[in-house]
Amino acid sequence: MKTRRNSFYYYQMLIPGFIFLIIFHIVPMFGIVIAFEKFIPAKGIFASKWIGFDNFTYMFQLPDSRQVFMNTVIIATMKIIAGLIVPVIFALALNEVRLTWFKKSIQTIVYLPHFLSWVIMSGIVINIFAYDGIVNAFLGFLGIQPTMFMASNFWFRPILVLTDVWKEFGFSTIIYLAAMTGINPTLYEAAIMDGASRRRQLFHVTLPGLSTTIFLMTILSLGNVLNAGFDQVFNLYNPLVYSTGDILDTYVFRTGLVDMQYGLATAVGLLKSVISFILIVISYKLAEKFANYRIF
Amino acid sequence: MVKTRSIPNKIADYVLLTLLALAAMLCIAPIINNVAISFSDKAAAAAGNVYFWPVKFSWASYTTIIQDSQFMKSFLISLERVALGGAINFLLTVLMAYPLSKEKRDFGQRNAFMWIVVFTMLFSGGLIPWYIVIYNLHIMNTIWALVLPGAVPVFNVILLVNFFRSVPRELEEAGVMDGANPWYVLLKIYLPISVPALATVTLFTLVAHWNAFFDGMILINDPSKYPLQTYIQQMVVQTSNFSLLSPDDVQRVNAISNKTMNAAKIVVSMVPILVVYPFMQRYFVHGIVLGSVKG
Repeated sequence: MKTRRNSFYYYQMLIPGFIFLIIFHIVPMFGIVIAFEKFIPAKGIFASKWIGFDNFTYMFQLPDSRQVFMNTVIIATMKIIAGLIVPVIFALALNEVRLTWFKKSIQTIVYLPHFLSWVIMSGIVINIFAYDGIVNAFLGFLGIQPTMFMASNFWFRPILVLTDVWKEFGFSTIIYLAAMTGINPTLYEAAIMDGASRRRQLFHVTLPGLSTTIFLMTILSLGNVLNAGFDQVFNLYNPLVYSTGDILDTYVFRTGLVDMQYGLATAVGLLKSVISFILIVISYKLAEKFANYRIF
Repeated sequence: MVKTRSIPNKIADYVLLTLLALAAMLCIAPIINNVAISFSDKAAAAAGNVYFWPVKFSWASYTTIIQDSQFMKSFLISLERVALGGAINFLLTVLMAYPLSKEKRDFGQRNAFMWIVVFTMLFSGGLIPWYIVIYNLHIMNTIWALVLPGAVPVFNVILLVNFFRSVPRELEEAGVMDGANPWYVLLKIYLPISVPALATVTLFTLVAHWNAFFDGMILINDPSKYPLQTYIQQMVVQTSNFSLLSPDDVQRVNAISNKTMNAAKIVVSMVPILVVYPFMQRYFVHGIVLGSVKG
């Protein structure tokens, strides 16, 4: 009886937010019908010609699409692997430091890049990797010829991975440091009693204690295999590195909003959304089953 | 707990400290390089002679920026966006998270609403349908195009739901005994004890609004109405990227475009983040851990 009365208040609270969710998230979901139309903006969604799967057939025939799909998977996978390994190692190393002020200062510095936008970061990245930038200056000091890094199909992917790690590893470290504080201190005391060195404590107490978290982060990253990072790639790439750097999201942007091939762009976007959704659901299910993780 | 350290252990400690310090320095070296360029003499910067300290210190690029009315205007638009967007995000995050944090027996439809919210986070119609919806609402070219589409930050709602669920039920029951309705419980009981979590999600949205460039680029057609990151993207990042075609082009573009000015624009757009960062740091570590890693 009380419950029913409260529900009324809960609806009051939910209405404003749901209005926005419906307008900006749910209504666009119906817009995916554009993927099956020869969409002409002037005619609108209802009057445009229905062409079934033609956009998809066309998409699979385009030489670009295979390339773009492969680029996305390769770049995202490289980032996922680096983004798992580096924060774990960094957190383990930081955990060995007993000087609190030193630990705090290091953390403060490495978290910072996460809060800067890819626009700002790219401005800086393009500068340091420029022909006359600081990286080439350093290589010149070592006697190596300068390279056009940002125009090189060989270097573009490593730079994407490197700068992504630069921006995000500090922030991901938080999760592992938090997990470490959850490890039972008596385990360390027991290990010390048994005469374990710090190295042995690291391998036999800390690392096993972290394994669930590492496993969980690995599973959850599965859902990101088609997310290679629009903001980063969009700000760093240029036509010279399309063949190794163009990803699904940047491709959708160019075909859709620049070349105005709305139907094709929506089809590519839809394919990406569907695959991503399936991957995310699978990864959440796995995380729930094996690591007892729930989103809410 | 460890009594004395042997000498090899001490050496290992110092090696570790050095490596960590080095990693941290590498992390901010590119930023320092950019700051150094912004304070350097034009010619020295164009010649690529600036590393981590300004060469022939100069304020010139900053005095020029301050007189650049478009840059200052974009800066103000971004501030307006942060204030307006942040307020809307805060209000809607709290209003959605509280009912959704209730148990099913208190709020029967809770799970259905929660799944809709999570679904909007996991699946989207894609860029083009989203764009068409906003186009048809006739809010393009206004500040509303920048703040309304992201009015509900779904990820933050979930963080806050998880936080609210960790609040002891007894607190609420005590309030209900005294005849409080859910609005009263939310405002007088939940909000005051949720300050760390609220600070975390609020700072996330403020930073997100400050950093967004893409919506400004496609939803604002009039460059004089660009928010700051869009302005920087168009004027600094995009142009410098196309200057990479050949070494000769680099020389030519360097002569025209202004390396120190661009660096200074980047520095100024970082300032608001650097100002709030010390305050944020206190909260976000705590807030993230509470919201995401449970158990």
